[in-house]
Amino acid sequence: MLISRPSDIKSSEITPESEYLNRRAWLAVAGGAAVALGALGRPASAQVPQAMGKPFGLQPDDKPTPFADVTGYNNFYEFGTDKSDPAANSKNFKTTPWTIEVDGLAAKKGKFQLEDFIKPSTVEDRIYRFRCVEAWSMVIPWRGIPLADVIKRAEPLPSAKFVQFTTLFDRKQMPGQDVGSIPWPYTEGLRLDEANHPLTLLATGLYGKTLPNQNGAPIRLVVPWKYGFKSIKSIVKMTFTEKMPKTAWNELAPNEYGFYSNVNPAVDHPRWSQAKERRIGEFLRRATLPFNGYGDQVASLYNGLDLRKNY
Amino acid sequence: MAEPQGAFAKLRAWREPKGFGVVLILLALTPAIYAIYGAASDITRGTRILGSNPVKEAEHFLGDWTLRFLVATLMITPLRQILKWNWLAKQRRTLGLFAFGYGILHWFAYIFLDVQLDWEEIVVDVTKRPYILIGSLALLLMVPLALTSTKKMIARLGGKRWNRLHKLVYVTAFLGVVHFWMSVKRDVSEPMLFAATFAVLFAYRIWKWRQSAAASAARA
Repeated sequence: MLISRPSDIKSSEITPESEYLNRRAWLAVAGGAAVALGALGRPASAQVPQAMGKPFGLQPDDKPTPFADVTGYNNFYEFGTDKSDPAANSKNFKTTPWTIEVDGLAAKKGKFQLEDFIKPSTVEDRIYRFRCVEAWSMVIPWRGIPLADVIKRAEPLPSAKFVQFTTLFDRKQMPGQDVGSIPWPYTEGLRLDEANHPLTLLATGLYGKTLPNQNGAPIRLVVPWKYGFKSIKSIVKMTFTEKMPKTAWNELAPNEYGFYSNVNPAVDHPRWSQAKERRIGEFLRRATLPFNGYGDQVASLYNGLDLRKNY
Repeated sequence: MAEPQGAFAKLRAWREPKGFGVVLILLALTPAIYAIYGAASDITRGTRILGSNPVKEAEHFLGDWTLRFLVATLMITPLRQILKWNWLAKQRRTLGLFAFGYGILHWFAYIFLDVQLDWEEIVVDVTKRPYILIGSLALLLMVPLALTSTKKMIARLGGKRWNRLHKLVYVTAFLGVVHFWMSVKRDVSEPMLFAATFAVLFAYRIWKWRQSAAASAARA
């Protein structure tokens, strides 16, 4: 199911033409620096489409991670804990029909067919940096809609301060849920102002294609300034709450994974440093940037908050 | 139940196959060749022999094989005693040295490929992160064992002292599993399997020691 309406939106309306970067121009910007950095000999992927979308917060030497890595190296414990498990075990995952429930402190609660949930919004292509808490990173051309759109339509009550997300719980389809490694179903959450931030995306695709199952089909969250596990996959429920909701990894190991989990090179994970990261496809490590390079846009959300305590 | 007994007797009658030592060495080298070739090719040519993250994969793979060779080393004595395969005894040193070699390669992968000689980070890792300290200790304890593995050193130390020193291998195995267990994020099934295997191998020895202690007590 490709969630876009090519008939009534011209691609030039989705992303202004001036902001398109064709592959040639892209490589001119990013290629030289990346080669100098000791990038792997992996050629810029042949699957890179002419236009992947508007780049957000990219550094000069950032170039999209090859499709094979984006779709072959995944953390999606519902399908197994090995990085190659999700691609191997999600082949028959059924994503149509798909229902999303809006619940909690909102005026427009209910269950929605995914198509109806997406339809009122404009689907956009956006290239984001992605930083896993395990100190590896990628650059991913997502396709999706701003979460703020969906929240607006749900009409949260003034008392709503947070939004919690829940992944599908279906042991028949998700063999990893038979293992008690996580209190299934997986949950995540954001403060409402984080959720409403224009960078926060509900992704329905990547590389211009429908979201592959192993990447969280049919719809997932993308919060580029937070560690990857915040970007919950295969969402079936959104709940508006007044209190900070429970989130899966925080429940499991609160000393290792905080509610905020903003990318922060100054606060180490107890078992490894977060100062540097390994970009998939490159050998030499890069410095990790505060808020994953999105500080200009999001740092103000956390004014007055001690980020060492609220990691 | 004549047949199983017969099969067991047949198994016990096995003698060392021709060229066993050489074949064992070649087999033991295979994972290292795979990891080194895979990592080198992935890093320099962008292949995906070890997958999307060859550095981590090589590091974990070599750590895994360190523990596997420790298991193999500790299996020699029980196999020898149960099956009466005394010819296996001389392979214990080979396997033990391979365990040490894989441990060193695992450490190289960490130092050169993973943290890339970032000494500041290495110091913090070793001092602040218990699993790295424990892993380092496990490897360090293998150094005296490797250095005293020659016939000359056994003669110099004397059998009794040599045996006592080489009991350190149990500490290394224990620390190695703890290191692995603490390093995984959530899924501890693999470290658990190693822990269970070592537990069986340790239990066999405790049983043997008790038996011999009882026997010497009876003699006295």
